[in-house]
Amino acid sequence: MSESKLKRVDLIFGEYSSVKFKVLADTLKRSNEDILEDLTESGLKGRGGAGFPTAIKWKYAAETPSKEKYVICNADEGEPGTFKDREILTRVPRKVFSGMAICGKVIGAQKGFIYLRGEYQFLMPELKRELEQYNEYMSKMGFDFPIEIVLGSGAYICGEESALFESMEGYRGEPRNKPPFPTTYGYMGKPTVINNVETFVNVVMIMRLGPIQFKLLGTSDSRGSKVFSVSGDTPIPGIYELELGMPLEKFVEEFGDGDTKAVQVGGAAGFCVPRKKFTETVIGFEGVPTGGSMMLFNSSRSMYNVLHNYLEFFEEESCGQCTPCRVGCQQLRKGIVAVKKGDKQSLYLDQLMKLAESMKISAKCGLGQSVANSFSSIVYNFREEMIY
Amino acid sequence: MSKKINLTIDGIQVSVDEGTTILDAASKLNIHIPTLCYHEDLCVAGNCRVCVVEQENSRTLPAACAMPVAEGMLIHTNSGKVRVARKHIVELLLSEHNADCTKCYKNGICELQSLASQMLTGDHMFLDLVPDKRYTIDRFNSAIIKDDSRCIRCQRCVRTCEELQSVSALGVAYRGNKMKISTFFEHPLFEVVCTNCGQCVNRCPTGALIERNYVDQVWDAIYDTSKHVVVQTAPAVRIALGETLGFAPGKIVTGKMVTALKRLGFDAVLDTDFAADLTIIEEGHELLERLKSALVDKDPRVALPMATSCSPGWVKFLEHTFPELLPNLSTCKSPQQMFGALVKTYYAKKKKLDPKNVVSVSIMPCTAKKFEADRPEMRSSGYKDVDYVLTTRELAIMITQAGLEFEKLPDSHFDSIMGASTGAAVIFGTTGGVMEAAIRTVYELVTGRDVPFEDLNITPVRGTEGEVREATLLITKTKPEFRFLEGVELKCVVANGLAYAKQVMQNVKDGTASYHFIEIMACPGGCLGGGGQPIPTNKEIRAKRKEAIYKEDMGMPLRKSHDNPDVQEIYKDFLVKPLGHKSHELLHTHYTPRKRY
Repeated sequence: MSESKLKRVDLIFGEYSSVKFKVLADTLKRSNEDILEDLTESGLKGRGGAGFPTAIKWKYAAETPSKEKYVICNADEGEPGTFKDREILTRVPRKVFSGMAICGKVIGAQKGFIYLRGEYQFLMPELKRELEQYNEYMSKMGFDFPIEIVLGSGAYICGEESALFESMEGYRGEPRNKPPFPTTYGYMGKPTVINNVETFVNVVMIMRLGPIQFKLLGTSDSRGSKVFSVSGDTPIPGIYELELGMPLEKFVEEFGDGDTKAVQVGGAAGFCVPRKKFTETVIGFEGVPTGGSMMLFNSSRSMYNVLHNYLEFFEEESCGQCTPCRVGCQQLRKGIVAVKKGDKQSLYLDQLMKLAESMKISAKCGLGQSVANSFSSIVYNFREEMIY
Repeated sequence: MSKKINLTIDGIQVSVDEGTTILDAASKLNIHIPTLCYHEDLCVAGNCRVCVVEQENSRTLPAACAMPVAEGMLIHTNSGKVRVARKHIVELLLSEHNADCTKCYKNGICELQSLASQMLTGDHMFLDLVPDKRYTIDRFNSAIIKDDSRCIRCQRCVRTCEELQSVSALGVAYRGNKMKISTFFEHPLFEVVCTNCGQCVNRCPTGALIERNYVDQVWDAIYDTSKHVVVQTAPAVRIALGETLGFAPGKIVTGKMVTALKRLGFDAVLDTDFAADLTIIEEGHELLERLKSALVDKDPRVALPMATSCSPGWVKFLEHTFPELLPNLSTCKSPQQMFGALVKTYYAKKKKLDPKNVVSVSIMPCTAKKFEADRPEMRSSGYKDVDYVLTTRELAIMITQAGLEFEKLPDSHFDSIMGASTGAAVIFGTTGGVMEAAIRTVYELVTGRDVPFEDLNITPVRGTEGEVREATLLITKTKPEFRFLEGVELKCVVANGLAYAKQVMQNVKDGTASYHFIEIMACPGGCLGGGGQPIPTNKEIRAKRKEAIYKEDMGMPLRKSHDNPDVQEIYKDFLVKPLGHKSHELLHTHYTPRKRY
């Protein structure tokens, strides 16, 4: 048990290069086509959870003609059970800035923003100090790409990219209709690349090591490594950088407490994998994707309580504008309560499953669309716990 | 020519302009996709999700109202997936909604209700969420009632208030299960910047925003034999009333309306148009007096440009938004209030009635008129000058309640006195109308000649929706007493919709625009698009109403306010002269600066 079976990786948190901002300086000298080619070759997919190919996103933004463009780092880390961006920003902020500046160069943006989760305000003083160094270095380099930190106000929905833009623009954090997508119509209506904190760091590491070495890690669908936030019933909670594409069984062997009955992969918006499916489940874009959150539950946990907790969260954190999400979340939570209390027959769970399916396809944004992930996987796999 | 996009909807190929939505493309094929939050007058929200359709090779169902077409798209508007999702969505809306339909003012004309019946949502599938909601009803306002229990959060009202009116009295508060449409710090409507324009009421799909109705009170007054009940009807009512009673938009139903009012039991059916003509006389003289003070006496205290004051939504907007410009507002009361003050004085005297037994009712295309009638300053007769204000919609309710077959009613004429009108009064109902009517009279006063336009149609001031219309009129060969206006270019501006009013007044405030005379109507298109007019409303319907108004004007034997015989008589008999002592007492008013928050 104590013997380590999963390969630990040290890309993200690895030491800075010996010369300050060396990777950044080297990359800025390269052509945009070159950089994009490396990114494409690396197969890097967004680390926020949705897994959109980073190179394609940047290319779209680069190809959209506009005098004004923006790069935004999404540090509104709000997914329950995720705490890796905080760690990245604490330990290797320079890599984040560098990744953003490289993006700025590639797409032709003049300015970058870090949208920092409101609860991470305590990171501000240190981040600002680091930013000063970055700005100083950049002016020395003669490359103008200032980065500003914008503080969120605590709404989960503002992690959704278009709601994040609205929030930054001073409006209520509500997702927009898509299309248009951020790469054509983003912050202030200008072409914008918005990426997760970790994605920017990955870019820097790809620039440093080259795509070939990056590709040695992970699988064909899920290249590279990923920072995981491990929590729940585990003797060793914390942050771990592991290869993508690992079998869940191995993960549980290493991080579980010997009594793991389920793992919630990807937070409240993710999927619940029961013990019987550990062997067949792969963590990655070809299997169950995650923004980093891995929550382990042992047999002492009531999956009804777990689900109820998630639904309470969604019920409150939905922005409330679209019907499927606003009312659907309320119906799902109250529905499982009614079944548990015996006010509704257990068959009502099937109606709720259908409702969740409708939410998944008809909600306006990713929040409402992903409620069904945890709902359906928990109700399907732990139906008896919902009823008795 | 813009690029054409080819796509297939329900197996039928269609080619539409780039940028067209799926909703509009489908409607070209006569495929109706249900909608709720969508409204032609407003920006797209895409939040109710009722209009979702299936797009092949897409994981999710896009909202037809918000999704632009793309080359080669394969769309299904009525697939199994779509039907289930739509039904779920309507059921979800119903579960959060006080679906006590028979007790609702909008019973039978509610968009949610009709969608529910279309989708056969008979067996309530989901839990009733209403009992836990603690919904509130704001009944404290004299014009508009806001019932949160009927609200489906489509935000049509929010978009109306912000985009069309730039008032932003309504906004979204809280989030998730607590999300609601509310006001600044959740104050009641009468304590916030709401202008009572009622544009939100016109667009609310359910019974969440409705006018405060006075139908029962008016019936009671009619039944009370000790009361003499006088009714006045505004210019824009006669060209829209038919829409709720079986006619297509644009039908002029003046004669039928008068017959209906008589049959309902009103003791006298009079015309607000009379007071509109009177307003022109008073306001025209006021403008000339201000111009004289400014040009001849060089009085620095005189406020120019002068702005019209007929639209009570606009008046309250100015009180809130530009209180420092209140001196620019004409002191003339609106036609409704002039009429009310005269009914309980001049009319009562002529008809030998005790004014305390006279009940004055007005039929208006407007909700703000209800608030206006309740203003404390509107009691110059010694009584409440206008007791009850009914919207066009409420009159239609009364006609239906009385069992009158409106379409088959014969025509009849307004009673006298105060029943005569001119074409100048009729056009008060559309944007630019007051300006045109005023110029027809003022120009003649100053020069002794008709305005130099064919058929008196001053087309340059005939504004349209979505624009600020500026026009100038050169004044020459003046009569001796108006020599000071010789060679003056009268600069006019006409705007409708408060968003445009705000632009104009901001320019006036900043000194970037120099006008003499400003006409503002709070509602899109003017009174014809008023907050008390039949629902639904859209640009096409409003254009038809506008046509009807100009047609009615052209058909009138008298076209100029000063030719109105009843107006001439009242000056001879009672008022003596424009801006005279009696006028100031009864026909003019003052305004109240109000705070924005």
